[in-house]
Amino acid sequence: MKLSRKWLSDYITLNVTDREFAHAMTMSGSKVEGYEKEGAELTGIVVGQILTLERHPDSDHLWVCKVDVGQAEPLQIVTGAQNLKEGDIVPVALDNSVVSGGKKIKKGKLRGVESCGMLCSLEELDLSIHDFPYAVEDGIFVLGDDCDKTLGMDIKQAIGYDDTIVEFEITSNRPDCLSVTGLAREASATFGVPFKMPEPKVSAKEGNVSELLKVRIDAPEKCYRYVGAVVKNVKIEPSPRWMRERLRASGVRPINNIVDITNFVMLELGQPMHAFDLRYLDEGQVIVRNANAGETITTLDGIERSLSPEMLVIADANKPVAVAGVMGGEYSGIKDDTTTIVFESACFNGASVRRTAKKLGLRTEASARFEKELDPNNCLMSLLRALELVEQLGAGEVVNGVVDAYPSVKTQTKLPFRPDYINEFIGIDCSREQQIKYLNSLEIEVKDDEIIVPTFRGDLQQQADIAEEVARLYGYENIPDKPLEGVAGGYLTEYQHFLEDTNNLMLSLGLSEIITYSFISPKAYDKINLPENSKKRNSIKILNPLGEDTSVMRTTALPGILQVLAHNYKNRNPEAAVYEMATEYEPWESDDELATETPKLILGLYGADSDYYVLKGIVDEYLNKIGIKSMDIRPVKDNPSYHPGRTAEIIVADRSVCILGEIHPKVLSNFEIGTRAYVAEIDLNSVYELRSTEKIYKPLPKFPSLKRDIAVVCDRSTPVLQLQRAIESAIGKNLESVKLFDVYQGEQIERDKKSVAFSLTLRASDRTLTDEEADSAVKKALKALAELGAVLR
Amino acid sequence: MKERIEALGLSASQELNNAQSLQEIEALRVKYLGKKGELTAILKQMGSLSAEERPVMGQLANAVRAQIEEVIETRAKELKEAEIEKKLIEESIDVTMPGTPRSVGHKHPLSIVLDEVKDIFLGMGFKISTGPEIEWDEYNFEALNIPQDHPARDTQDTFYLSENKLLRSQTSPVQVRVMEQQEPPIRIIAPGRVYRSDSVDATHSPLFHQIEGLVVDKGITMGTLKGNLADFAKKLYGEDTKIRIRPHHFQFTEPSCEVDVTCFRCHGEGCPMCKGEGFIEILGAGMVHPNVLRRGGIDPEEYSGYAFGMGLERLVMFRFNIDDIRLFYENDLRFLKQF
Repeated sequence: MKLSRKWLSDYITLNVTDREFAHAMTMSGSKVEGYEKEGAELTGIVVGQILTLERHPDSDHLWVCKVDVGQAEPLQIVTGAQNLKEGDIVPVALDNSVVSGGKKIKKGKLRGVESCGMLCSLEELDLSIHDFPYAVEDGIFVLGDDCDKTLGMDIKQAIGYDDTIVEFEITSNRPDCLSVTGLAREASATFGVPFKMPEPKVSAKEGNVSELLKVRIDAPEKCYRYVGAVVKNVKIEPSPRWMRERLRASGVRPINNIVDITNFVMLELGQPMHAFDLRYLDEGQVIVRNANAGETITTLDGIERSLSPEMLVIADANKPVAVAGVMGGEYSGIKDDTTTIVFESACFNGASVRRTAKKLGLRTEASARFEKELDPNNCLMSLLRALELVEQLGAGEVVNGVVDAYPSVKTQTKLPFRPDYINEFIGIDCSREQQIKYLNSLEIEVKDDEIIVPTFRGDLQQQADIAEEVARLYGYENIPDKPLEGVAGGYLTEYQHFLEDTNNLMLSLGLSEIITYSFISPKAYDKINLPENSKKRNSIKILNPLGEDTSVMRTTALPGILQVLAHNYKNRNPEAAVYEMATEYEPWESDDELATETPKLILGLYGADSDYYVLKGIVDEYLNKIGIKSMDIRPVKDNPSYHPGRTAEIIVADRSVCILGEIHPKVLSNFEIGTRAYVAEIDLNSVYELRSTEKIYKPLPKFPSLKRDIAVVCDRSTPVLQLQRAIESAIGKNLESVKLFDVYQGEQIERDKKSVAFSLTLRASDRTLTDEEADSAVKKALKALAELGAVLR
Repeated sequence: MKERIEALGLSASQELNNAQSLQEIEALRVKYLGKKGELTAILKQMGSLSAEERPVMGQLANAVRAQIEEVIETRAKELKEAEIEKKLIEESIDVTMPGTPRSVGHKHPLSIVLDEVKDIFLGMGFKISTGPEIEWDEYNFEALNIPQDHPARDTQDTFYLSENKLLRSQTSPVQVRVMEQQEPPIRIIAPGRVYRSDSVDATHSPLFHQIEGLVVDKGITMGTLKGNLADFAKKLYGEDTKIRIRPHHFQFTEPSCEVDVTCFRCHGEGCPMCKGEGFIEILGAGMVHPNVLRRGGIDPEEYSGYAFGMGLERLVMFRFNIDDIRLFYENDLRFLKQF
C-alpha cells in the first residue's frame, strides 16, 4: 500500500519527519517497507517563461529562446521543441541540473549557439501525459493554470510533484488499513493526534433513484450488501490536478473523472467501487446471483470468460454485467459517450471472491481487497463520498437517493473487557484507564466491562486480539524481558544421537556433507538406468511444479548425489568424497495416508584415491563404529545403476542394509561424469534398528600370541570372504584375527587361479600357545581351505 | 708368560682403541677373548705352570680379560654413539615440506549454523521434534487458523500433491503435531525442509529450511518470548547483540511480531547490509493463537505459549556473507571446503 503523506495530511496533522513517521508506524504495527520523495533525483529544474523565440541561424528545426527564470538576466536556451510560443511557462533545467534517469544537464553550445540549460518535457520530469492531460505528448511541458507559475520556483513544488510516498506492508488481517483513512486512524493512535472521519455531503435534489434502478440480491450468503446510485448528464473529462496527484502518489494512473472517482474512493476509504453505463443495464435491474451454467462475460480487459454456477455475478434482467467483486464487463463499462451511470458500492463474501478470482485467473485490486472480508457498513458512506466528489468535480448530476439492499445488517462484536488478563498475557502492568485510552484511540469503545469492536475491525474476535491492540500501543519494546523459567530436560533422543554420530563419522572419514533437492525430474530415472517397469519410477507428483526438473518427489537419492558429482567433475574438482542424509519419498497406498519418508545415508566418491575398496573401507568403518557387529556381503549383479561386477550388498540379520559399488558406465555417461565413481546407499532405519550400542570390556590378553602366514592358490572366482570364513570356523576360538595381506594373479600361477595370502594371529586366553598347537591350527585351516579347492601354494 | 699376558693386554687395548666400527671390535673380541682367541690360548697353557705360579698367572689373565672387556665396552659405546649421531645427521629431512593430508570432511554451512542453534536451544531445555515434509493441508493450514480460501495462503505459494496433501510450506505444522502428542509444559524446536513455489534466483529457492520453536506452559507471556529470544540472539551472535521486536501478523499467533537483531556488520550503526537500519530481521514469532492451542487440545485459559519460526538460509547467508542461495544446493566442493 502506497501512502501519500500529503493525502494523509488532509485528515491528520503530524509534525514528524518521514523517517520518524516510518519508524513510529512500524513500531505500532503498520510496517513501513520504505519511503521515497517524488522526483527525488530531479534537481535544479525551475519554472521559467519564454520571453522570445527565434529560429536558430544554422538549423531549420532548432529554436533559440530567451527564458526568464526569475534571475536578473534571462537565460539563452536552444530547444528542438516545436510546441512553444512566447509567454509560455515551462520547466527549465538549469546548468548542472539533473533530469529523469539521472541525466546531467550542462551549459554548452548547440550548432555554435550557447545554451544555458534545457527546457523539459513531462518525460524528463519522470511524469506522463496521464499526470497532465493537457500537455503535448512529444513536446515541452507548458504549465497550465493548475500550476504555480512563480518564475524561478522549484518545478516539483510548482506542479505538485513533491509528495513523500510511504510504502506499507499491510497484512491480510487488516484490509481497513488498505486506505488512507485507515492509516490515518492508525497514525492517530500512534502519535496521539486526533483524527475524525469526514462525513460526505451530497446535495442532490433531482429525481428519484428508485425509478431508474432496482436491486435484488439472490445470493445473500455471498453478497452482504449492495448499494447503488445514479448520476445523470455525466461529462467525461480529466479530473483536477489535486485528484490526479493523489492517485499518482498512490501508484494509480489517472484516467478520467468517473474512473478516477471510483479509484479515489477505494484508496481513501478502502471500498472498491464500480461504475456501469445505465443504458446497458436491461430494465435498470441489478440482480446479484450465481452465474448460470454456460454463461459467459467479456470482462473490461477484453477477454471472454466462461462462468460457472459457484461464481457470483452482477446481472441485469438478462445477462451478467460484472463478475462480482472481481471485474466489470466490457459491454456495460463507461464509454466516452456515456451519459447516465450507476455507481455500485457492494460487499461480497471474501472466500467466494477469492475462489472466483483464482478460478478465472483474474486477480484484481478489487478482488484482493474483497477476499480479505470488507465491512458492509462502509458501503453507503463510500458511495456518498463518490457522489460528493461527482458534485465537487462537476462530473454530472446526482439523482436523489440510493438503492440499498442489505439483507442482514452486520452488528458490532462485543467482548468482555479483561484488563487483568491482558496484563498477565502480555507480561505488563498497564492500568485499566490506559488500556481504555489505547482502545479508544483505535475507535474501539469500552463501556463498563464490555468492549465494542467497530465493524471495520473484523480481525478482533477474541481476548488475544484485544491484547495485541493494547500491546502494540503500549509498545512491544516496553514489555519487560522475562527469562524462561522452570525445569525442562533438553536432550537428544537416541535416534537423534544416532543421526549425529552418523554425521560425525562421515565427516571424520573425510566425506563432506551435501544437501540436495527432494524433488527431481522424472527423467532422472532414465539417467540412472531404471527399467521402465521399475517400482521406483512410481513417485509422488507435484500438481503445480515450477518445471519438469523439480516435478516429482525422489524415490531414490541416487540422481541427487550423481548430479553433485557431475557438477564437481564439470567444474574440474579433481576428486570428491561427499555424503548426504537424504530422505526418499514413497507414495501413499490409500488417500487417508501420508507418504513414507525414508532416511538414507548416501555416499559418493570419485578421483585418484577412490576405488571400490576405498568405498567399502568407509562403509565397513562406519557400520562397525555405529554398532553393526556382524554382517554378510554378497555380490550384486543386477542393479541397473551399478557395475555388475563391482557391486555388493551388505546383509545384516537377513536384511539388506546397504548397496555399494561402482556406478554403471552408462549412468556415468548419462551424467557426463568422465571418471569412475563409487556410491553406497545405506538404509538408516535398518542400521539404527540392527545396531548394538552395548559395549562390554574384554580383559587385555595375558598370554603371548603367535603369528602364522598362509598362502593358498584357488580359483579366481572364489570369494576371499569364503576362504576367510573357512579359516575362522576351522580354527575356532584360538584364532584372534585373520587378515588378508596379498592377492596375486599372474605369471607365476595358472591362468584362472589366484594366490591369496592371510596372516593369522593365534592366541589362547588361558595359557601360552605352543608352536605345535599353532601348527596344528594352521593344518586345520588348510584342510578346510582345501575343501574349497584352495591349496597351499 | 706374565710378559706375554701383559703384552697381549696392551696390544688389545691399542687395537681396540683404533677400531673404527662395531664389526672391528667384534673381530678383536673374538681374536683376544674368543674360544680360539689369544688370551684363551695362553690360559690353555696354564697347565704347564707350577702350583705357585698358576693362581698368580690366573689372576693376571683375568685382570687383563676384564681390562680388555672394559675397553671393548667403552669403545663400543663410543662408536655406537658416533654411529647414532651420524645416522641422525643423515636422516635430516625438510621439515618445512607440507604434511601428508589426513583430511576430515566439511560440514555443510547450513548444518554448521543449525547445529549451533540446536545447541543453544538444547541448553535452554528444548527438545527437537520433527514432522513429515509431505503433510496434510489440514496440518499445514487449517489447524494453524488458515482456512481454505483464506488470503493468508497467498504469502505461501504451496506445492500441492493431491486435494488434501501438500509439501509443507512451513515447519509450523509440527507445532500442531507436538501439541496433539504431548501435554504441557512443551519446549521444542523443529528444524526441517519446507517448500514454496518460488522460482529460483539468488535469494529464492523452492526448497529451504526453517526452524520452528514452540513453548507452552502456564504463565508464558510476551515478556517470556522477548526474554527467551533476546537470550537466543545473544548466544548466537554474541553478548552485545540486541533484539528489536515489531508488531506483525501471522494467522497462528496473536499477538504476532517480527524480531530484528542488531546488524552483525555494523552492530547497530547502520550500513549497506542492514540498509541503514542497524537491525536485520531474523524471525517471526508470537503468542500461540488460542484457536491453535484449542486445536492442539490445550485450554487457552489455562495455558499460554509462544512460537517462532526462522529461515535457516537467511541466518547462514548473513553469517558467512553468502550472496546466492543457490550455492547451498549446488554443493560445489570449492564452496563446501570453505567451511
